[in-house]
Amino acid sequence: MSPRVVVLDYGSGNLRSAVRAVERAGAEVTLTSDFDTALAADGLLVPGVGAFEACMKGLRAIKGERIIGRRLAGGRPVLGICVGMQILFSRGVEHGVETEGCDEWPGVVERLQAPVVPHMGWNTVEVPQVEGQPTRLFDQITDERFYFVHSYGVRDWKLVTNDRTRAPLVTWAEHGGDRFVAAVENGPLSATQFHPEKSGDAGAQLLRNWVQSL
Amino acid sequence: MSLAVRVIPCLDVDGGRVVKGINFENLRDAGDPVELARLYDREGADELTFLDISASVEARGTTMDIVSRTAEEVFIPLTVGGGVREVADVDRLLRAGADKVAMNTAAINRPELISEVADRFGNQVLVLSVDARRVRPGGTPTESGYEVTTHGGKKAVEGMDAIAWAIRAAELGVGEILLNSMDADGTRDGFDLEMIERVRREVSIPVIASGGAGKVEDFAPAVDAGADAVLAASVFHFGTLRVSEVKQALAASGHPTR
Repeated sequence: MSPRVVVLDYGSGNLRSAVRAVERAGAEVTLTSDFDTALAADGLLVPGVGAFEACMKGLRAIKGERIIGRRLAGGRPVLGICVGMQILFSRGVEHGVETEGCDEWPGVVERLQAPVVPHMGWNTVEVPQVEGQPTRLFDQITDERFYFVHSYGVRDWKLVTNDRTRAPLVTWAEHGGDRFVAAVENGPLSATQFHPEKSGDAGAQLLRNWVQSL
Repeated sequence: MSLAVRVIPCLDVDGGRVVKGINFENLRDAGDPVELARLYDREGADELTFLDISASVEARGTTMDIVSRTAEEVFIPLTVGGGVREVADVDRLLRAGADKVAMNTAAINRPELISEVADRFGNQVLVLSVDARRVRPGGTPTESGYEVTTHGGKKAVEGMDAIAWAIRAAELGVGEILLNSMDADGTRDGFDLEMIERVRREVSIPVIASGGAGKVEDFAPAVDAGADAVLAASVFHFGTLRVSEVKQALAASGHPTR
């Protein structure tokens, strides 16, 4: 049976493409904001475009941060895309306004420091090679570009780990001399700053990799 | 590595059909925008732009259907322009499957519309299309010497400085400037490099160069002049150039492509 994926509908942008792309990746997809349906799905996809603050507001209105938290407590996969990734961090700063995020990961989402912003278009990513911790999202994807469109990002993340914990696998990208988080794989929680649903064949492979892991 | 130069084919759509004729062999229906979108996608287009030139409301409804059918099947970014007058139009297009919306005349008539759209959907959804040209002899002079036109370059907006407009629109919150040179448009003599340089110097948002492409060698100079992306319509429609050739030429000139 195909994995059941919920694309979380909290009033954000172009959701149809996300739904179609995940369907194409082999999942049975429901677009909903319903708490129980989102909790019960095999995979939860959290999209998001626009402003951090507006997205958090929309997410809170449907108790989205609790859906995410409960799923993760039970080891159930969640994938955040674009602002859907950003809201997983501690907080966002836009136009001097600070907004609390879901705080699943430490870090601040702030404005990119590059000559041309938004960072818009197809860019390369640096997938880390960590012994004993192979990438799942980027499996069978090498030297491919992904489609980004954002003005804010996580520009700093010091990974702290000890002999009992494993640091998240963090993929970086670079634009105009600035570096920022492009993707994260952390147990059941993964995320991409770029849009796999708009990234042609490379994006399709990434979504297939995620769906197959469900 | 850095961002790839985007190559963007632009399709003029009227009542759900592609207007300018093309004769690609492997298309069942050359007038079907979805088929063409698929073809351009296969050839490596980095993004697609639909320009809805429908005059009637019914025809615009058909375009919505095309946008959603394309978004269902083509997994690269899709920009739709033409007839966007209010925030509700943007909302409808995004819901239909557009990733970005291009605006022209409505923003000239009411610049606040830019901030309204950007506040609601973020500035990354908004592309400002600027149809610009050098002020003609006898026309009202502007500081930069460039003026804004409407109606596909037929009418000058008297005294409206194209460069100043791009700067203001960026401040108001557009995410990108689609810079169409009305002097170069249709000439196939190459892009208006001077104008691209001027705008690049003044704004810090991406600039898409448009107008004047005739051969594969025309694209690299536009990027050297500061364009982040290059857009062309008729040379792709008529099969004069293929998207893949343009990308090869860009790569050969040392510009990163996808």
